[in-house]
Amino acid sequence: MKEAVRAKELDQKERIGNFDEVIQGYTEDQAVEEASRCLQCKNPVCVEGCPVGIDIKTFIKQVQDRDYKGAYLTIREKNNFPSICGRVCPAEYQCSKTCVLTKKDEPFASENAINIHFLERFIGDYGARESITSGSKDKRLTMYKVAVVGSGPAGICCAGELAREGVKVIIYETLHKMGGVLQYGIPSFRLPRDVLDYEIDSLKSMGVEFKPNYIIGKIKTLNDLLEEGFDAVFLGLGAGTPSFLDVEGENLCNVYSANEFLTRVNLMNAYKFPEFHTPVNVGHHMIVIGGGNVTIDSARVALRLQKLNNIEPNTTIVYRRTELEMPARRLEIEHAKEEGIKFELLVQPIEFIGNKDGYVKKIKSLRCELGESDQSGRRRPSPIEGSEFELDCDVAVIAIGLSANQVLTSLTPELKVDKYKDIIVNAETMETSVSHIYAGGDIVGGEGTVIEAMGMAKRAAKSIVKYLNGR
Amino acid sequence: MKILAKEVLSDFEGARITRIEVKAVDLAQKALAGNFVILMVKEEGERIPLTIVSADRECGTITLIFQEIGFSTKLLGKLKVSDSLYSIMGPLGHATEIKNYGSVVLVAGGVGIAEIYPVAKTLKEAGNKIKVIMGARTKELLILENELKEVSDELFVTTDDGSYGIKGFTTNVLKEILDKERIDIIYAVGPIPMMEEVADLTRGYGVKTLVSLNSLMVDASGMCGCCRVNINGETKFACVDGPEFDAHSVDWDTLKKRNSVYVDKERHICNLNKL
Repeated sequence: MKEAVRAKELDQKERIGNFDEVIQGYTEDQAVEEASRCLQCKNPVCVEGCPVGIDIKTFIKQVQDRDYKGAYLTIREKNNFPSICGRVCPAEYQCSKTCVLTKKDEPFASENAINIHFLERFIGDYGARESITSGSKDKRLTMYKVAVVGSGPAGICCAGELAREGVKVIIYETLHKMGGVLQYGIPSFRLPRDVLDYEIDSLKSMGVEFKPNYIIGKIKTLNDLLEEGFDAVFLGLGAGTPSFLDVEGENLCNVYSANEFLTRVNLMNAYKFPEFHTPVNVGHHMIVIGGGNVTIDSARVALRLQKLNNIEPNTTIVYRRTELEMPARRLEIEHAKEEGIKFELLVQPIEFIGNKDGYVKKIKSLRCELGESDQSGRRRPSPIEGSEFELDCDVAVIAIGLSANQVLTSLTPELKVDKYKDIIVNAETMETSVSHIYAGGDIVGGEGTVIEAMGMAKRAAKSIVKYLNGR
Repeated sequence: MKILAKEVLSDFEGARITRIEVKAVDLAQKALAGNFVILMVKEEGERIPLTIVSADRECGTITLIFQEIGFSTKLLGKLKVSDSLYSIMGPLGHATEIKNYGSVVLVAGGVGIAEIYPVAKTLKEAGNKIKVIMGARTKELLILENELKEVSDELFVTTDDGSYGIKGFTTNVLKEILDKERIDIIYAVGPIPMMEEVADLTRGYGVKTLVSLNSLMVDASGMCGCCRVNINGETKFACVDGPEFDAHSVDWDTLKKRNSVYVDKERHICNLNKL
């Protein structure tokens, strides 16, 4: 068996001095070589590993045959944004994990598994470069209009699906730029902004209208939208509220939530201060707390900020389990290590200690050991008594997760939510407790992946189309 | 997002207070006293939170008043009539709870006077007896005196230097009133030290006191947590849980410190741009 083809990457030492995309992607020959490793299984289990069920086997065959346009159209049948998903999908937990080349009982894809997402990205970029349109269907639904609230992965996916059916779609977004978490959360070294802009523009060319700076709930209620003549509404509100550790000193100066830290840098371009006017504070000992993708992103941003500010790069990730339990993407953990980020594993912060001016200076923590597995299947960390120690820290970023943003739901009591304030939907139709109001993405499932959000959005779009067809 | 009118209300030692009227049709329809907006002057700009002073539903405009004190507000002050903002979003935050409380004292300092005005006006319309105490460092910095006179039963003006009205602080007047009569609720907006002093004073009298907190914000819709404040030992987001809070529950020390985290960067960008 030939070894997997690794995509070219920027040099580790140089890349921490900028925000350029780290993974350069496959060249044509690399893509064909990687595709040729695919066994074209009779029963392609990889498809089951994909939340939107892309016909992976077929598109890889098309790459083998150098039929890139065909491959693009195959992917687009199920996924509107291959160049985004090919970059941000945690393939090692999804399609590549189910690849037959992954050894049984591995927690994530083996090294030998096909790099499906790199192939998807190659094809997605090809489609964008060649401006391939996926051929609109007959437009029977042009007399209908649907409002989409939120322009993140769920929102843009639902909009795209509906626009393809001819439905008039207006997307309302609270921020001044489109893309939701893709815009404010994911750094450009993982998702370049021109890739995102291309996908947003392609929606515009399909007739989707964007209304930024528009806070639904406050300016217009959901009822206002229905009364105004929208036939349905899709809520892709995301999980936007940052969680905190609930420990002493958490509101000291220079203790950021990951959302704030990343928003300042990604959305507001604080790394280009003073050319852009939003500042961000950079320290000599930057500590990021957590173990997910947002943690890794924040740490890699922190390291780049140090480098750009001529501060000796010194960024540490503090996580209460071990690397094995980290939910972050494996390749990104590897990238973080290559770049020089330090890991303090099995460590549980218990207090932020500040100086007299209220700035964080140290984090007091306990060492942990792993106990029994919890509901997530990961072994639960338990702090070791008397193991207290302190880490120097002048900027801390808390990246331990997010919960539902309640601005809209709190203003719409008829919209039923669960105990986590996530919106309750019919899992089949994605319809909420209010007729003709649908929801999907993190506001329904709690924190998930981009592709999972898209999967829900597609299901909602399907129900909306069915409903409109029946009118 | 076009600026339809602009007026300099006060210009003293370079810290101008400016009023602008901005076209924002949908926003104007829903704006209530106590709400705020977040705006950007240009694409490179910061997101600046400002209280909505008034909204004209017919014309689809809102009025904002700001002191040109930092880099971004100075940049905003440079815009001329018919220029457009890059973005504006709102109405944000909980509106002031308006009802007939009875006897209300509103205390305003500096540019907080502008923020008090819509609250005073609406409380007056709701049948309350209104006393307003407005204060500034000096006469030149007083704004909206006539407007506030119109909506209040009694108006007190103080200046720190005695150049106009009563010499001294707003809290001196407030104390005199509290010693004299029963007040049902107090509402204070202004610089943090002033709000803190009001809170300290009224705590002793057991009078419910509300303040509108001006913590730093980025997205202002509950997403980033930049604006978090300690309220009764609990972390709250000023943008979505506030901006109004019970003055006696606010941890002022944390607010003051968190609001000063970018002073060096502010100085740097101001020097660089000679603003």
